[in-house]
Amino acid sequence: MTLYLFYFLSFLAILSALMVVFSKNPVHSVLYLIITFFCIFGHYLLMNAQFVAFVHIIVYAGAIMVLFLYVLMLLNLNSESEPHKNNTLKFVAVISACLLMVVLVAALRGTDDKMLQDTGSQIGYVRNLGKVMLTDFLLPFEITSILLLAAMVGAVMIGKKSSNTTTPQ
Amino acid sequence: MTDFLIYKILLVVGVFTITLVVAMYATYGERKVAAFLQDRIGPNRAGPFGILQPLADGLKFFMKEEIIPSVSNKFLFILGPSIAMITALMAGVLIPWGNTLIINGTAYSLQITDINIGILYVFGVVSIGVYGIMIGGWASNNKYSLLGAIRASAQMISYELAMGISIIALIMMTGTLSLGEIVNQQAGGDWNFWNVVYQPLGFLIFIVCAFAECNRAPFDLPECETELVGGYHTEYSSMKLGFYMFAEYINMFISSAVLSTLYFGGYNFPFMNDLGLSHNAITILGTVFLFAKIFFFIFFFMWVRWTLPRFRYDQLMNLGWRVLLPLSIANLLLTALVLLWIDK
Repeated sequence: MTLYLFYFLSFLAILSALMVVFSKNPVHSVLYLIITFFCIFGHYLLMNAQFVAFVHIIVYAGAIMVLFLYVLMLLNLNSESEPHKNNTLKFVAVISACLLMVVLVAALRGTDDKMLQDTGSQIGYVRNLGKVMLTDFLLPFEITSILLLAAMVGAVMIGKKSSNTTTPQ
Repeated sequence: MTDFLIYKILLVVGVFTITLVVAMYATYGERKVAAFLQDRIGPNRAGPFGILQPLADGLKFFMKEEIIPSVSNKFLFILGPSIAMITALMAGVLIPWGNTLIINGTAYSLQITDINIGILYVFGVVSIGVYGIMIGGWASNNKYSLLGAIRASAQMISYELAMGISIIALIMMTGTLSLGEIVNQQAGGDWNFWNVVYQPLGFLIFIVCAFAECNRAPFDLPECETELVGGYHTEYSSMKLGFYMFAEYINMFISSAVLSTLYFGGYNFPFMNDLGLSHNAITILGTVFLFAKIFFFIFFFMWVRWTLPRFRYDQLMNLGWRVLLPLSIANLLLTALVLLWIDK
């Protein structure tokens, strides 16, 4: 049962991920990306990681993708007004994507089989996850928070009205 | 196992029906409350006191001509109201509608399921809900609809932050994410008060955000008729428009239920253990009390709508980011400090 569900979700995830790339309309791309996120949500649930699953939905599908849609709707891109990308840019994009894939495959190749089979564990529950995060993995956790804080401060600095450079008419 | 399954299916169907009926009569209630506040009579033709008015309205929605603009994306145009409706109905699964009923020695809980991350589920469903408005508004291919959709998304994201942080303060106090446990912790007697006593500021922030998340006045900018014709549902007609309106009333019902559950003790009521009634009687009485609380909050939603004028969009953003967010963070810090102090 779980296996079939896994195959179904993976198929749907890959299909919608491909549609993100291939669909002409950027708004459709974002909608396909949201479907992909829901498939990944299903995968997390299959691995008994409820907290990660729901946070994934709240953060990615519920906030980030809404902002993506927001910007795309404001720009209202269509095939006529969309800026044409030159071939060099496409070439660079394809190569960097391939490099990323090499890195991911290299990282996942060496993983232990035991970790994959251990799906019945309760590590995904909030209580266990919180304990692990604030004891064993405290340093990475804090570093990530500082990284996020820095990104937030940076966003505020960029978004701030620069009153001395532009003079209002 | 089959008993369990049948019971759960019955419960799901029951909650579904009750949600729809309450939403239906909320439209009637809204018109009656508006009439009362404006010194009118309100609907009084269909049946005694106009009690059949929602049925007539529903029939009218089904009978109206359905128009899909030829330039719009048909699939997304239909998907919009469907998502709005589905997400509105999904949150009811986790609300504890009552304590357990004991029949033939087996305890049946009146909550459909109590997953241990209940609040996150509710929050996730709320954050998905905005897609119904965004997709519908975009697919209409109308600038008023698009503006309404964009307003809705910006508003939802801004108010979700303050709402989330006010809930975190509550979670720190209760120490659990499960709605069932949060209600049980507020159960009767011995100076054990409802959460609103310990979290008055959090409650205030939460209810203001609930107004914004439901797109209710004074925050109904996405459908502001003075500026945007009908907002995101300008192009919608017939039952698809009905779905959007219905989804709004269901959201109101669900957020009233969440408010009562988190801050007003859910199905608990004062002196419930001193009455000397049987367990089942207390459970039924508790459910009645829960619905009384929910109906009060629905009335409160309507009361505010017909009392306060609509905010301007910059006022809305200022309130969200410069007032509610700092207040909720202050509330969070205060709660954390008090909890630390009590712990020592």
